[in-house]
Amino acid sequence: MTEDDAAVEIRSARKEYPSAAGPVRALDDVSLTIRKGEFFTLLGPSGCGKTTLLRLIAGFETPDAGRILLEGRDITDDPPNRRPVNTVFQSYALFPHLSVARNIAFGLEMLGRPAAETRARVAQILRLVRMEEMADRRPDQLSGGQQQRVALARALAPAPRVLLLDEPLSALDLKLRKEMQRELKRLQHETGITFVFVTHDQEEALTMSDRVGVMRGGRLQQVGPPREIYARPVNRFVADFIGETNFLEGVARGGAVHLPAGAALPAPGGAPAEGARITLTVRPEHLRLNAPGAGRLEATVAEIVYFGPAAHCHMKLDDGTPIVARLEEGRMPEPGARVGLDFAPGALQALED
Amino acid sequence: MARARPFSAARLPGFAAMAAATFLILYAPIATLVIYSFNGSDSVAVWGGFSLKWYGAAWENAQVQEATMRSVVIALAASGIATVTATMAALGTTRRGRFPGQTLIYAIINQPLMAPEIVTAVALLIFFSSIKVATGYTGLGYLILAHAAFCVPFAYLPIRARLESMDLTLETAAADLYATPWLAFRRVTLPLLAPGIAAGAMLAFVISLDDVIITEFVKSAGQDTLPTYMLGQIRRAATPEVNAISTVLLAVTVALLSLFFAVTRKRA
Ligand SMILES: Nc1ncnc2c1ncn2[C@@H]1O[C@H](COP(=O)(O)OP(=O)(O)OP(=O)(O)O)[C@@H](O)[C@H]1O
Ligand SMILES: [Mg+2]
Repeated sequence: MTEDDAAVEIRSARKEYPSAAGPVRALDDVSLTIRKGEFFTLLGPSGCGKTTLLRLIAGFETPDAGRILLEGRDITDDPPNRRPVNTVFQSYALFPHLSVARNIAFGLEMLGRPAAETRARVAQILRLVRMEEMADRRPDQLSGGQQQRVALARALAPAPRVLLLDEPLSALDLKLRKEMQRELKRLQHETGITFVFVTHDQEEALTMSDRVGVMRGGRLQQVGPPREIYARPVNRFVADFIGETNFLEGVARGGAVHLPAGAALPAPGGAPAEGARITLTVRPEHLRLNAPGAGRLEATVAEIVYFGPAAHCHMKLDDGTPIVARLEEGRMPEPGARVGLDFAPGALQALED
Repeated sequence: MARARPFSAARLPGFAAMAAATFLILYAPIATLVIYSFNGSDSVAVWGGFSLKWYGAAWENAQVQEATMRSVVIALAASGIATVTATMAALGTTRRGRFPGQTLIYAIINQPLMAPEIVTAVALLIFFSSIKVATGYTGLGYLILAHAAFCVPFAYLPIRARLESMDLTLETAAADLYATPWLAFRRVTLPLLAPGIAAGAMLAFVISLDDVIITEFVKSAGQDTLPTYMLGQIRRAATPEVNAISTVLLAVTVALLSLFFAVTRKRA
């Protein structure tokens, strides 16, 4: 990637908040480059520092250490009103005393754009978010989904270089959320603006993003396209947080990983040190159920859980380790049945903790 | 089976009698005052038929006119000063998290509610008379400043309440949308705060309008406000004219306070 490609660059950002029980480290040496025009998602559990990172980019907080660059320009010390970056707040934060149109015009007015230009832009944005009819309403006369669109429109109207979205869909019900996910993708596509999106919903992150950054405890764990994060998680936390997976812990002996249940599995990625403790992972959809004896592992079926088009078959290895396989349509085994489990050698991965 | 009913003071013995007595003591004197303001005779105790003559008398009384004007001027100026001060104090104490010394600052702002009024009156009298001697100025300024001082907490409380119910994110959003701090204040904070400011100003106006103690101590000769004029009149000869003035004052106060409650009831 060249320098010109970078919309936002965060260099070794650190942020601590004071608290009664000593300082809380919200961000711990985070470095990240977000590319121009991409849909970038910050994903992680509650309290991992996602909002803090967004607030640093928007300028609502200053980092204790590190720099923030916008298209190559150092903006670390600029106040929020001088950063060409807009935010869609989780609570929407619409101005209750202004109409929808006046809310959307706010940024343009503050920038001192001519009235005619502002009017034209507001009309265009209202059309873009399909809210033409609502222009004269007050925010409290709108539904949650409509308020959401106005918040988006207001942030898009000044055509920022980067749009920051802090869990903008979390207050919507499932159906509306799916609809808004598509809507957001469409808007990002049509405007070409760089989106930095925060969520703790891994499915949302995987379906919407060009790239995802997974965070934990103020640190970035892994950055990459959804497929890569799913297929090649760098550690146990990422593997566990993204999608469902199985963990098998064993000890390396003679180039293989020996599980407590008795089986030995080939060590992926070269021979590990003798006696090392290794965690292996394999996704449920990579497991195939065979007759007993015909597979790499032996297991007993505990329960079948159906969900829409497929089912999860929960099993136990002989030492009690739980393991899950995803089964598509077809014959389902009975609980209590013995099965052999097989998988392609490439499906197995070794993880750091 | 009888269900246990929650405790209610309304079922205590003697509750109804107590309530009736309270209402009687609170409102009977006021009702009498209002009724006798329409008295046709010269006495405040003997009914002489319905008449509006005391209202006419008060209206034409030059002293009443002058005192009324003075009261209104002082109340307008004092509530204006107090409202601006209280607005700044409320912004200073609420637009951030908790800070050290917060309770102390609240106590300082609300001092006039706690200090005995007579003590404040004496203190102001002594303080202002030394200034009078030093400067020779004897105008209404002293009364205006004194009233402004004790009106601040009354203006402060509704403004602070309004600010505390206001979402801080709105100002953050304004800054995010390129508003300078001043513009964010003017275009977002101030319009949302306006009902609180109006409520605070009305309360301060009413409080200033009926003050007696501090005014009585601070005023120079010939600076009677409506309440101190009434006090002076009653000391000499009580006529139903005082009832008429009181009734008008009561009506104005009730009207302003109703407006105050209407404004503060509207949610942020
Ligand atoms: N203003 C603050 N004062 C003190 N601590 C704070 C403050 N803001 C955030 N923190 C702490 O910093 C850490 C990171 O918070 P942050 O809001 O960035 O998390 P998040 O990833 O956005 O979480 P969520 O998904 O719950 O929104 C948390 O431990 C939080 O408690
Ligand atoms: Mg957050």
